[in-house]
Amino acid sequence: MRHSTTPRKAAVGVALALVAGTMAACGGDSEASQASLGKDDVLTITTFSDFGYDALIEQWNADPDRPFSVKMTKIADWDPWKQTMTQALQAGDGLTDVVAIEGDAMPQFLTDGASEQFADLTDPSLDDRWVEYAYENAQTADGKQVAYPTDAGPEGFCYRADLFEKAGLPSDREEVKAVFESWDSYFAAGEQLTEELPETKWFDSSGAIAQAMLNQTQFPFQTEDNTVEVNNPELQNVWETVTSKVDTLSPRVVQWEDDWEAGFANDGFATIPCPGWMFSNVKSAAPDVEGWDFVDAFPGGGGNWGGSYLAVPMQSEHQEEAKELANWLTDTEQQLAAFEAAGNYPANVGAQEALAEENITDPYFNDAPTAKILANRAAAVEPGHPYKGDKYSDILGLFLTAIQRVDEGISPDESWATFEQAVESLS
Amino acid sequence: MTTIEALRTGEPAQQTGPPTPRLTWRQKLSQWDFRFSPYLYFLPFFLAFLLVGVYPMAYSGYLSFFSWPRYGADHGPGVGFANYAHVLTDPVFHKAFWNTIGIFLLSSVPQVLIATVIAGMLDTPLRGRTWWRMSVLLPFVVAPAATALIFGSLFADKSGLVNEIIRAVGLPGVSWHSDRFASWTAIATMVNYRWTGYNTLIILAAMQAVPRQLYEAAALDGASRVRQFLHVTLPSIRPTMFFVIVTATIGGMQIFTEPRLFDTNLQFQGGANYQYQTLTMYVFNTSNSGTDPYPRAAAATWLIVLLIIGIALLQFLVTRHLQRRAER
Repeated sequence: MRHSTTPRKAAVGVALALVAGTMAACGGDSEASQASLGKDDVLTITTFSDFGYDALIEQWNADPDRPFSVKMTKIADWDPWKQTMTQALQAGDGLTDVVAIEGDAMPQFLTDGASEQFADLTDPSLDDRWVEYAYENAQTADGKQVAYPTDAGPEGFCYRADLFEKAGLPSDREEVKAVFESWDSYFAAGEQLTEELPETKWFDSSGAIAQAMLNQTQFPFQTEDNTVEVNNPELQNVWETVTSKVDTLSPRVVQWEDDWEAGFANDGFATIPCPGWMFSNVKSAAPDVEGWDFVDAFPGGGGNWGGSYLAVPMQSEHQEEAKELANWLTDTEQQLAAFEAAGNYPANVGAQEALAEENITDPYFNDAPTAKILANRAAAVEPGHPYKGDKYSDILGLFLTAIQRVDEGISPDESWATFEQAVESLS
Repeated sequence: MTTIEALRTGEPAQQTGPPTPRLTWRQKLSQWDFRFSPYLYFLPFFLAFLLVGVYPMAYSGYLSFFSWPRYGADHGPGVGFANYAHVLTDPVFHKAFWNTIGIFLLSSVPQVLIATVIAGMLDTPLRGRTWWRMSVLLPFVVAPAATALIFGSLFADKSGLVNEIIRAVGLPGVSWHSDRFASWTAIATMVNYRWTGYNTLIILAAMQAVPRQLYEAAALDGASRVRQFLHVTLPSIRPTMFFVIVTATIGGMQIFTEPRLFDTNLQFQGGANYQYQTLTMYVFNTSNSGTDPYPRAAAATWLIVLLIIGIALLQFLVTRHLQRRAER
């Protein structure tokens, strides 16, 4: 980075030019076979985090009847992939045939200019395949289907039954529902636990609680005509509630960072909002802790956190085949397999019904019937909450950062002023 | 008239030799080869430099006067100096400016000082000299990403080794990521770890070129080693010091990898309160934002270029002033 002298810059540039040239050459190769993909041809897909597709793609490639093979690239986190994807869309080059998009950012890819960069996946035979709100979240105003839903994120709460017991709270999966009845009862129980166990905090991070509450509001950042409006009572309520708990209940760590991860195993906190995809994080961060359980309740009703999509960029030269793969991956069988591999709760209706019947339990969470609970949680989700405008993902990032500032000791008023300023410069 | 001047003015060096015979084609070729092929050897570099150095700079200057649709592949209508106005009035840019200056001072100043002292020590007849000299360069070989990851976990707020040690002594742990000055210090430490050895070797090379007789003379006059260092070594390596300081400045203005990988904020904006966002991070983040991303980033880049030129000029003037005073 530092001291880069001009020759070195030039060398890097030449190297980049070479790479770009090679990539262009690859593009040229596949162009020759654009008509249809043969047995030896490869269709590419990029996902982030864990979609639970590894075994599925192996299965596809092992099947001699498949017309082409598939190669998947997995990116660790969504945020860098969002940047890479946005830049590749602007460059009109460099994306794989199928790309995964995170649900909160879906609205910005539906706007004019962005939606034209994606192939229309409309297929009348699939209309009833997915939960309606998930399906419609990937539709433009004039009805173009930009992406297929993969998973949804109905949330319950994961909690430490052993710590609850120590603090004199109900810990049984049925009795503990009372704690998670409303946000008031939830925070009150937190006060009790942190008083009894001063080393332990109540929730995993202020950001997670803020997301949970945001997902129950209707117009947190933008009104229905996409006007940015952050000074509304709904958002104020979330802000004031979460920032007022920082001193007592928050471990003051940033989600996904080292200190956050350490909290799972070393009694750092006792509860965490848990969509299905969070299970694998809990298990990998605290493989030896016995006491994690999963309750069939959520303060203030229900909530959906996350859920992703598969889309086919216009720059793909094999849009028909890409559509075929996206279709296959989001079908019932494959969605069930993905749930078992990674815990991602399917947006596919058939898969949801199958899961509810199977009554799968998870030994890690004290044999909790995870599939059934998630089905109940999904039923409690209020569709259309929150309204996600074209800037939802951007403002959400700024809002969570504002909460992080309060966690770090900046006063809520000062942090809010910085947040408003940052939102302003988005336009 | 010396030979060199003669060569420069194109006159033959020897006026009195026998008249040169007409050159054959082969001789002419060989003469052209001698005169022009060095430029041909250079040419690839300049072509590459034109392509990947000059052109992007010129284009980004052009781009900074236009707008850009969020998912467009080309720029929109011109907007005059609006992008510059936006960057100059952006409080985040102001913060990034002071962060960069702060991290730069915390890294470059100790770095050059320590490098000079270590070089001075390596310049003495040591046992296993080469081994010592090689080992100071070792941190430089470590990839910056690896350095940042290692230091990132050393400086972790709750579970980091540095805070464990501080707490073991009985002091309260430092908030390495949220306190502005502490975060600068942590980042500067990474930079120093990586670049001190590199500068040491450059300064050492300059020290080796100082004539040994000067030291012998000084020793005869009874000057101690420290006095020799201050009054013989330092004045003799002034041009090299100037080079090291300027390159360290340019590097300091471009700090990116260390703070970016040190970042715990999910938006990678250099801390939740922008407390360690540097100017290059500002450019990078701006180019990823929703409104006029590339033109605004281009405007910020050009402001940084002007800033570096300004600082380099200032350093040049100060050094020249010092040099003149020393010569007087």
